[in-house]
This record gives sequence, structure tokens and C-alpha cells, in this order.
Amino acid sequence: MAKSAWTSPGRSSETKPSIGRRVKQFAVDYVRQWELQTMVIPGILFMIVFCFVPIYGLTIAFKSYTVIDTLDSAPWVGLENFRIILSDRYFWDSVVNTLAISFLKLAIGFVLPIVLAIMIYEVRFNRFKKLVQTVSYLPHFLSWIVLGGMMITWFSTTGLFNQLLLDLGLISNAQNILLDANKYWWIATLSDIWKESGWGTILYLAIMAKIDPTYYEAAKIDGAGRLRQIWNITLPNMKMIISLNLILTISGLLGSNLDQTLVLMNSQNREKAEVINSYVYRMGLAQGDFSYATAVGLGVSIVSVILLLTANKVTSKMNDNQSVL
Amino acid sequence: MGVVTKPNGIKPTRIKGGLDSRVFDTVNITLLLIFTVAIVVPLWNVLVSSFSSGQALAQGGFVFWPTEFSLENYRAVFRDAGIWQAFFISVSKTIIGVSTHVFFCAMVAYGLSKKYLRGRRLYVAMGVITMFFSGGMIPTYLLIKSLGLLNSFWVYIIPALFSYYDVVILMNFFRNVPDALEESAKIDGAGDWRVFLSLFIPLSMPALATIALFNGVGQWNDFMTTKLYITDQSLYPLQMMLYEIIVQSQTQSMQNIGGSVVIETTTKGVQLATIVITTLPILAIYPLLQRYFISGMMLGAVKE
Repeated sequence: MAKSAWTSPGRSSETKPSIGRRVKQFAVDYVRQWELQTMVIPGILFMIVFCFVPIYGLTIAFKSYTVIDTLDSAPWVGLENFRIILSDRYFWDSVVNTLAISFLKLAIGFVLPIVLAIMIYEVRFNRFKKLVQTVSYLPHFLSWIVLGGMMITWFSTTGLFNQLLLDLGLISNAQNILLDANKYWWIATLSDIWKESGWGTILYLAIMAKIDPTYYEAAKIDGAGRLRQIWNITLPNMKMIISLNLILTISGLLGSNLDQTLVLMNSQNREKAEVINSYVYRMGLAQGDFSYATAVGLGVSIVSVILLLTANKVTSKMNDNQSVL
Repeated sequence: MGVVTKPNGIKPTRIKGGLDSRVFDTVNITLLLIFTVAIVVPLWNVLVSSFSSGQALAQGGFVFWPTEFSLENYRAVFRDAGIWQAFFISVSKTIIGVSTHVFFCAMVAYGLSKKYLRGRRLYVAMGVITMFFSGGMIPTYLLIKSLGLLNSFWVYIIPALFSYYDVVILMNFFRNVPDALEESAKIDGAGDWRVFLSLFIPLSMPALATIALFNGVGQWNDFMTTKLYITDQSLYPLQMMLYEIIVQSQTQSMQNIGGSVVIETTTKGVQLATIVITTLPILAIYPLLQRYFISGMMLGAVKE
């Protein structure tokens, strides 16, 4: 940012004054703009208390913190907690589940909104277009608790899902698939896609609305069909936003949806449903092992940052060395 | 061959193509129709199931209309005093939470929107850090605990006061207000607070409404805050109450395999009615949300 951007107007052309002068000038300006400062200070205090204090609190990952300790009285244990993580079977189970669900969501849930956005974009009847958009955005606004409750109804033995499959003759007797651990990864993935893919089209549609329509006219005169136009005009125009979304998705591979997990997990499917987040929750808050749970959380965030940087590097190579972030 | 330009920025209608194009349209619309039905039918099914009698629920076998219409589920839900308490908590935390959040963010954003603000570079750097790093679940829990916010209504409000993301959106909006307006108010003797409160707030209603709506949906749907910090049942909002019902009915249906059907269907009916009641306010403001979320997305897409 240029220097002139944050000095007061009319003063920016001065030559660099000495440090003492600058401190004094700062104080004078600060007092002169005290009204503005009173607006900002509460926000700064908030950030210090609710964001920076917890970041400092991450140090308990390197300590042995018990309920009777304060943050500073707990003894340092170095990397002990991280060493335990490496041999913790339950942790690695939760990593496997997290990655499996994330990759399924990436493989299906990343492509579907793009396809859907293009399909909606290509609809020529505006009424129908509006209808599809209205309906498909709606599930995004339902909470996972509500959706989880609905899913339990749909998948119960007398519910919608079994009823439809029975009517179509695809199964011979009803079964509650929420109690089947082997199906959990798919249930978590597909329910997430059902909820979010419509909403995921919004950004793509906004970008597509900016494409110059004369491209399509020209392509049509050259004899390009609809699919050709999509492939050669629509998709290339969305390259940037698709890369950006891909980077964000990849950096979130180790993240998982705690709300979804808590509502869909039950004693029958726990082994396949426990994800890193819910494991941190269980170890930390249910069992009170604060230091260990924090170490798990910290380790995962570090790996996520590495993933983000790597993904950014790779996609910037694909986009002619332009970084998307 | 004409091109009709739509004022709302949607792609112009391309008039009648060849046979290929019509085949494309047919396939496209059919697939979208299937997609729409796949969203509407399950939701409709939940709604009609909530109006089904317990017996009909136990037998199942309907999709679009209950075999036996009844209001007994709703009567059972409303007989429980807990739902009124939960509803009250949900409404008050949403109203108080949204109004304080919007005001707090707008206030900070107004200060930060002035380029000549002393210390601005440091403040912005701090804000950006909070967007990318956080202490995570456990350190935040320990902080909330040491602040004495466990089992307090204010845990819904205070930690949710501020979001740097919303500040950036508002900051960009304030910057687009012409400087002349502020200057003329200042000449008339108004201070910064006065300019902010009686000039910028009324001018920024669309942006404030967007943030209020999204924050409101977030508050209404939030369940983790309760799950993490609240054990006092009288402070449970609807979402948490619904969660408890779900967990309860899940356990029951597992213990009950081959057992009493009556208990199971009662909780199931209560669960369905609670789902509908919990979702109703979201549906009621959905038309408003729809009007604002496109503009909201666009505001958010502008980088600081």
C-alpha cells in the first residue's frame, strides 16, 4: 500500500521526517480522529480476545494440560502429544474416513455444480429457469440437524426411500441404510451434494452472465452446435473461477462437516462415520483430553495449509503461471 | 435473427436453432426436471408425514399424501412447554444476535473504510489473519470457559458479534458512497459518529439487509454453539431440541427392534412436526433471501 494511503490528506508530499516527529504526528492525528478510532477499537479488542488469544492457546498442544491447570501453569511436554498421535489407531481411522468422504465429495460434488450451472444457463424459458433455481437453492438454507432428521425419516424402513425402491421392485425387503456402516461414506457424500450443489451454481452463473453474447453468435454462424459452444466458449471463460474453487476444495480435504457427522453418526456406523473433527470433539470435550485434542487439530491445520499452497502452485502452472489466490 | 437482451444480465435468448439444438433442449430440460423433482418430493414427503397419524406412519406406504390425516403430532409437540421455551430462545438469539452483529460490523467497517485512519494497515493485517487462522475448537472452548460464558445466553451473542468477512463487504460498500455527501455533512458540523449513524446507515440498507439475512439464517440454524457451550436445557434453541429428539428416537429405534412400535412412532411424529416448525421461519423469509443473495455474493466477490 502506498504511504499516502494512510497518512492524513495534505501531508503526503512531505519528505520523510525523523522517527520522533512521526510518532508525534501519529499521536496528533490519532487524537484528531478519535471519533473514528472509537469505532474501530471495539473490533480490535474483539479480534485480540476471540481470535488471537485462542491462537496463543494452541500452545497447549505442546503441554500437558489438565482441568486444574491454567494455560501458563501446565508443564511443557514438547512433541509428546504429536508422538502419541502417530500411533493412535482411532485417529488414523478418522483420517481414512475424512479423506474417503472428502474425495467422494470432490469427485462428484465438485463437478456437479459446474454441469448444473451450465444446464441452467442453457435453459431458454425464463420461467422454468427461475423455478429450477428457486428449488435448487432451498436445501442450502436447511440446517444439518433438520436435514439429518429428514434423512432419518426418509431412510427408515417405512419411509420414502424404501417405499420407492419396493415399488420399483429394486429390493425385496425394507432396510434402514443409516444403520449400515458400509454405506455411510456414500450417504454423507450424496446428502451433502443434494444439499449444496444447487447453491454451488450461483457463483458460476454470475460469471457466465458476464460472457459476451457475441461469442455465441459468432460460433453459431461458424456452425458450432450447443455442446461445442459450451466446450469452446462457456468452459474456457470459467477456468479462473473453477481453479479458485478447486484450490479451496483441496485445502479443505482434511476438514469435515461436524454438524453432519454428529447428526448422522450412530452406534452402528461409528467406525465409518468418525471424522477428524468429530474425533477432536470427542477427545477434547467429551473425554477432557484438551492437550491431545488440540494437538490433533493443530496438526491437521498445518497439513491443510501445506495442501493449500501446493494446490495453488499446481493450478497456477495450469493457468499460464497466473496465481489465482 | 434477433437477439433479445435481458435486462437482468442473463444470457440473451438465442432464438430457435436446428434439430440438434432442440434435442439438446429436450434432454436438458428433462434432466433439470428430474433434479427439481428429486429435491421437491422428499421435502413434500416430510411435510405430509408430519400430518400423518402415528399408526399410518408406522405402516408407511405413502409418498404424496398420508393415508390418515391427523394433527396429533403437532398437538403433542405444542403440549410440551419445552418447545415454547426453545422457540423463544431461538427467536431472541436471532433478533439480538443479528442486530448487534450488523451494528458492530458496520461500525468497525466504517472506521476502517477511511484510508487516512491511523493504524489502519495494522488493523487490516489483523483482520486478514483472523480470516485464515483460528485457534480451533479446544482453545476457543477454554477461552469461552474462562470468560464465564458457559451456560450463559450471551455465548450466542458475544462471540458472534464480529466477522471480518462481513466487515470487508461493508467496507467496500461504504467506499462507494460519494465523498461529497460526507463532506457536506461535515461542513454542517456533524462528527464522524453522526455521519455514520444518520447518513451511512440509512444509505447502506441493501448491504446491511444482505448481511442481516445471512447472519440470521446462520443464527437460526446454529447448533454447534449450544452443543459446545450449553448444558442448561432452558437455554436450548429449537435446533438443539430437535437434535435431542433425533438422538432419542435413534436410540429407541435401535433398542426397539422387534419391540414396542407405539413409543417409536410417537417420537417419530414429534420429530417430524418439530422439523417442520423449525424450518418454517426459514421458508417464510426465503423469498427475501432470494432477492438478496445474488447481490450478497457479488459484494463478497469484491476483493479488499
